[in-house]
Amino acid sequence: MYCLEGVKYRDILAIDSLCFPTNKITSVVGESGSGKTTLLRLLNKLISNDEGTILFNGTSLRDIDSILLRRKVVMLSQLPAIFPGSVKDNLLLGFTFADKPPVDDEKLYEALKMVHLSKELSGNAETLSGGEKQRLALARVILMEPDVFLLDEPSSALDDETEQLIIEKLVRHTRETGKTLIMVTHSKKVAREFSDVIIELKNGRVVGKEGV
Amino acid sequence: MGGQVIELQIYQLAAAYIFVLLLMVIVRIKGIHREKEIVIASIRMTLQLILTGYILVYLFENPHPALVILAIAVMLVFAVSNIIKRVKTPLSPKIKKVIALSMASGTLVSIIYFILVVINLSPWYEPRYFIPIAGMIIGNSMTGISLGVSRLVDGMNTQKNLVEAALMLGATPKAASKHIANNAFDSAIIPTINSMVGMGIVFLPGLMTGQILSGVSPVTAIEYQIAIMLGIVGSVSLTVIIFVELGYKTFFNHEHQLEL
Ligand SMILES: Nc1ncnc2c1ncn2[C@@H]1O[C@H](COP(=O)(O)OP(=O)(O)OP(=O)(O)O)[C@@H](O)[C@H]1O
Ligand SMILES: [Mg+2]
Repeated sequence: MYCLEGVKYRDILAIDSLCFPTNKITSVVGESGSGKTTLLRLLNKLISNDEGTILFNGTSLRDIDSILLRRKVVMLSQLPAIFPGSVKDNLLLGFTFADKPPVDDEKLYEALKMVHLSKELSGNAETLSGGEKQRLALARVILMEPDVFLLDEPSSALDDETEQLIIEKLVRHTRETGKTLIMVTHSKKVAREFSDVIIELKNGRVVGKEGV
Repeated sequence: MGGQVIELQIYQLAAAYIFVLLLMVIVRIKGIHREKEIVIASIRMTLQLILTGYILVYLFENPHPALVILAIAVMLVFAVSNIIKRVKTPLSPKIKKVIALSMASGTLVSIIYFILVVINLSPWYEPRYFIPIAGMIIGNSMTGISLGVSRLVDGMNTQKNLVEAALMLGATPKAASKHIANNAFDSAIIPTINSMVGMGIVFLPGLMTGQILSGVSPVTAIEYQIAIMLGIVGSVSLTVIIFVELGYKTFFNHEHQLEL
């Protein structure tokens, strides 16, 4: 799906060679400040590398329109982004932003169910708890049905049990629909249990690859 | 202009300054440390107005299109630098250019329309009309756009996360900053709308007051006031629309990435 060759970003990230396989679950782990978020931002083209190339399905990211790329490769930010308005407004915003036709309420509830969020669509999104906001933001990404999910610590604010349940569903969904999932996680357990590939970063360098 | 104008004598003006001195005594007693600002502002205002007075006398006696155009250019330069100074947050060179461009194009279009179509002034550069009207349009647009600039820049800085989250979902920069841009437009235009709503009831606007004081019939003064007010609303809207349309783009690069 993605291959990085000699990629440098400021003095934050330096990756000689790294590939993310298609239709697989890849976990990115590493201590705080090791460059995990920066890596995902590069893949989503929110930032561009100073040196080297990042290939997406064989084409350099430099030759791909950022907006079209981001509609295929949707990223979930580490801090959940909740806009003023209801739960439904927040879910539908994804469609507005991606310029896609919206779906009906039933589909929205399905997405909420997938992230174990039992809230009404009409409820105020801004008064949700931190973990609930995180799940709402995740549901919004799932509804976009992207080819690749780029999730930055999708379960960091959740208790172990909920984390386990949601990641399991997400992984199953990814496999069933033939998508690719790349997620940053702080949980060694989640990484071990669910991923095909584990990449470990330290000080902006790849120090471990498992499963490739 | 039929009415008799009471010329203010020097001692009458002095009385006005005494009023300010009284105010300063109160400010001092209250322990508000603003005497210096009040003194400086009063002196500055006096000097500026005296200077402006002489310049206006000269312009009125020597009406010439080049001089009028020069005067407008000077006003615009002052207005733009004033906007840049007033906004507390640092501004990028790109956005400064956008401010200058939107002020120049928005106010000039409004001034030209107003002078040529609404008032149908002849000769078009008659300084007695041209300069005060242009001044009001530029001054009000300056106030509006200052508010708009602050809101846009603050919004982009404080809501960086939301803007980027929208980009991550595939939003265009325009869609990602729409909230903030609309907000900037609102805050720029609201003072003008409020002043229209209160006009004639809560206060008598400056132009009208001035004309009435110099003996013009209140009805004529009101006609001018209505016309100029519409001109101001039009100009504020136009400058702010141009500013917001171009301004949000300065926060993004050609790869549609947020650059702060
Ligand atoms: N825009 C930036 N300007 C300067 N430094 C930055 C910027 N973005 C990230 N960094 C630095 O780069 C390093 C990597 O940051 P990054 O956010 O990628 O870490 P991370 O692995 O995601 O950490 P965490 O687990 O805490 O989220 C950090 O030291 C951070 O301070
Ligand atoms: Mg991070």
